[in-house]
Amino acid sequence: MSNTMAQIKDLKFFSGLKRRHLEVLAALAKEIEVEKGTYIFREGDDALRCLVVLSGDVALELPMQGRDPRTVQTVHDGDVLGWSWLYPPHRWTFDARAVTDVTALVFDAEQLRAVKDSDHELGFQLMTRFGKVMVSRLQATRMRLMDLYGNGD
Amino acid sequence: MATATELSIPQLLDPMPCVVRAVNRETHDTITLEVEPAEPYHFEPGQITMVYKHGVGEIPISISSDPDRHDRISQTVRGVGAVSKAIIASHPGDVLGIRGPFGVGWPIDQAEGGDVAIIGGGIGLAPLRSIVYRVLNRRDRFGAVVILVGARTPKDIVFAEELREWGSRFDIDVNVTVDTADRGWHGPVGVVTNMIPRAPWDSSKVTAFVCGPEVMMRFTARALREDDVPMDKVYVTMERNMQCGVGLCGHCQWGSHFVCREGPVFRYDTVAELFRIRGV
Repeated sequence: MSNTMAQIKDLKFFSGLKRRHLEVLAALAKEIEVEKGTYIFREGDDALRCLVVLSGDVALELPMQGRDPRTVQTVHDGDVLGWSWLYPPHRWTFDARAVTDVTALVFDAEQLRAVKDSDHELGFQLMTRFGKVMVSRLQATRMRLMDLYGNGD
Repeated sequence: MATATELSIPQLLDPMPCVVRAVNRETHDTITLEVEPAEPYHFEPGQITMVYKHGVGEIPISISSDPDRHDRISQTVRGVGAVSKAIIASHPGDVLGIRGPFGVGWPIDQAEGGDVAIIGGGIGLAPLRSIVYRVLNRRDRFGAVVILVGARTPKDIVFAEELREWGSRFDIDVNVTVDTADRGWHGPVGVVTNMIPRAPWDSSKVTAFVCGPEVMMRFTARALREDDVPMDKVYVTMERNMQCGVGLCGHCQWGSHFVCREGPVFRYDTVAELFRIRGV
């Protein structure tokens, strides 16, 4: 088993996928290392890659005119980093900055979209997983809107 | 000192004078008062007191100090109403009246032999702080000890210094997350429930103690369930309008429960339905 295959198999995000699907994904994936402080992508850039964090912490930041950026969320080991590559116009909506040294699996977005469209079973499995991540982050955002810790005052 | 169950009703209604010895500012609107009781004070983590500010009024406040120390007690108070604002304006040397401790505390003994999850939101960390002291005083009786804390911003984190101190120990895992932050914050950003799936406990052996606003506890319980933590191992503490403290006045009634007597700590599965009833 290749190292990439083993990494993909270990990720909870991909658990339950058939071996042949894992093999397709492993063939598309490559591991990257990102130094602490580096921007992995910037708001408005073309979303050319899909990333899954293997280790380290990444901050999703909203740049603000004349002020320090605000961190809206951090993602960590095993988390998917962004889904702007999935839907047109395929542009990132936040900055992603490595808070620590980061290793990640990266997939070329165009290739991944092609695989998703040509193999509907894999496409369904991927969309189900991304849908779950989106729902979970939407719920987390709603909780923050409710001011979870302040009794709403 | 006699326990609440050994005292008569008139004794339970009579505040004990306690001298404020220290006032520690936690956040812009929250302080921790360290008070010296008139006689040695015994309580269990999670129990509650009624704190009386002379000439202003009385409010329920949980105890946030080390339960194995009997000469001082700490009370963490957020100034939101007339009485709490008067209490947080206290100075060393002032005298407050304290009744209690009342109610049922956290069943820490039941967590012995297993892992411990202590999950607090905002000022909800206050009634959990006593658990941390108790667990650390008897550290060899527990497996993994994990503290998860959520706050609005880094400035809203209570007991920040102690959290750093606990986090530097090798026998306890401390994770603090905030809703939003600037570059000065190096920790996680997101809600406290985000940290549950990657928490280093054994879901089949963990006992979870949760405190925060009710909506936070409800979502935390849901996240724990999704993490395969049995709901009969999850405990929450309820805040209600306690007044007499002894189950007579009914102000703190929550469904069929009197929070001051049967609570404030409840096993989640015994009250989960009440969380779903609007207006209770």
